[in-house]
Amino acid sequence: MTASEQWIAFLTILRKEIKRFTRIWIQTLLPPAITMILYFVIFGKLIGSRIGEMSGFSYIEFVAPGLIMMAVITNAYANVSSSFFSAKFQRSIEELLVSPTPNYIILLGYVMGGVARGVAVGLIVTVMSLFFTNLHIHHWFTTLFIVFMTSVVFSLAGFINAIYANTFDDVSIIPTFVLTPLTYFGGVFYSINLLPEFWQQVSVLNPILHMVNAFRYGMLGISDLHIGMALVGLTVLVAVLFAIALHLLKTGKRLRA
Amino acid sequence: MTPADSIPALSIKNLRKTYNEKLEALKGISLDVMPGDFFAMLGPNGAGKSTTIGIISSLVRKTSGTVEVFGKNTDTDFSAAKKHLGVVPQEFNFSMFEKVEDIVLQQAGYYGLPRKQAEIQTEKYLKQLSLWDKRQTPARMLSGGMKRRLMIARALVHEPQLLILDEPTAGVDIELRRSMWDFLREINAAGTTIILTTHYLEEAESLCRNIAIIDRGTIVQNTSIKNLLQQLNKEVFIFDVKGNLQHLPVLSGHHVAQIDEHSFEVEVEKGQSLNGVFAQLTAQQIEIVSMRNKANRLEELFVAMVNANKNEVQS
Repeated sequence: MTASEQWIAFLTILRKEIKRFTRIWIQTLLPPAITMILYFVIFGKLIGSRIGEMSGFSYIEFVAPGLIMMAVITNAYANVSSSFFSAKFQRSIEELLVSPTPNYIILLGYVMGGVARGVAVGLIVTVMSLFFTNLHIHHWFTTLFIVFMTSVVFSLAGFINAIYANTFDDVSIIPTFVLTPLTYFGGVFYSINLLPEFWQQVSVLNPILHMVNAFRYGMLGISDLHIGMALVGLTVLVAVLFAIALHLLKTGKRLRA
Repeated sequence: MTPADSIPALSIKNLRKTYNEKLEALKGISLDVMPGDFFAMLGPNGAGKSTTIGIISSLVRKTSGTVEVFGKNTDTDFSAAKKHLGVVPQEFNFSMFEKVEDIVLQQAGYYGLPRKQAEIQTEKYLKQLSLWDKRQTPARMLSGGMKRRLMIARALVHEPQLLILDEPTAGVDIELRRSMWDFLREINAAGTTIILTTHYLEEAESLCRNIAIIDRGTIVQNTSIKNLLQQLNKEVFIFDVKGNLQHLPVLSGHHVAQIDEHSFEVEVEKGQSLNGVFAQLTAQQIEIVSMRNKANRLEELFVAMVNANKNEVQS
């Protein structure tokens, strides 16, 4: 395939993915908006007003970047895991596997589909948050880089999950038992400085903490951790997960008999 | 014949597939299908037909051997090989939630066709397969026959030189089957090489020029349909009589057996005239109201070959 043919194949997959999640917007775009409004009302307004300031900001200002990241993470992951597994389940993935589309284009297409949904939901949640608080971008590059790379990481993770999954239950296990706890303990609702020393050390092992913290730094300019570590760590994580996903596609793991 | 015509549309050499290091589905088959051919692959369930197609289309990983499509090796030059190839699988394998037009357009995109060209070719094949009116319909709303035609349109949208169909008319009504046959004849006449697996032996006899019979992972016969049919040395005809059959006729030179009280069957050697049969029946005052061939001729051969292979394997 020539470069322009590969580009067409990539755009085809991306267009299909965007079309998919916008077609079922009631399942994909609306729920995070509703959920986040509830978070903003309960944690931001009702409880937040009693908590007072956190790291020099009102609680709602502090919690907003974390909530945006939470939406980005869960939606990027859910998009790729459900879409790719569904294609595998219905065997429509064979349309791609019999075509000359190279594996890395298949992977990029699905991952960028996940990024598109992650970013779209991130934007929706950001707009929702403007009804409750004022948002400022302290550091544009860090903010955009973290959102993009985080979406890529969780899209890749969702892709790998979908390759290994045999049932729809297998697709929901990781979000329920891994992603949600890591996100809630990932500094979305609190600064790790509030934790005892031991739990601070444990929390540092949580990659989502670094992502949320770096995104909050991009928006508010405050950080509990070293930002460089998040930037480098995310880049390395993307490279490793991309290599794993590509290897699985190449070997046809659970895709080719 | 141009040099390009001498390169097989499909060349399989010593293809082997063993599932889970236990089940040997293909035991080193070799096969050449020439450009422009209409080729049938026949075999009982589990013979290895779908595994062969799976390997050609890269959905099944082979254990060893080589596959070339128009001279392009599917291992070393997979992109060029796949561009020449269109596959219609046995089972529906499209998203049931997507619209007919989107499914075909996307497939064109996966082959790198620019959008405008993809739209033109999508329209062309959806119209040819009488699906244009259904283009905005989600695939799950289509009838079984329409779904099969959708898979054919999808396989043709990038205009492959080699089209492989895995039992395309399974579960399709007779009228639709005939119209699909006409369509396949048309695209074959226009230059597309077609390989077909089918359970309907009449389909192979009616459509195909050459044939390979696969059984237990080996090719037991690879020849032209014409040659194959010449191997038949006898046919069985069923005669229906007027009223009840009072006694079984005695026909000199023919084996006769009663089927029921209204009909009997007669074995006729190749080249033997039926006039003699009718003369003897008339002399015995047996009035015939209708006559038909007992079974599809190819079916008889097919069963004979598969049985012979079975006995060989067992002995």
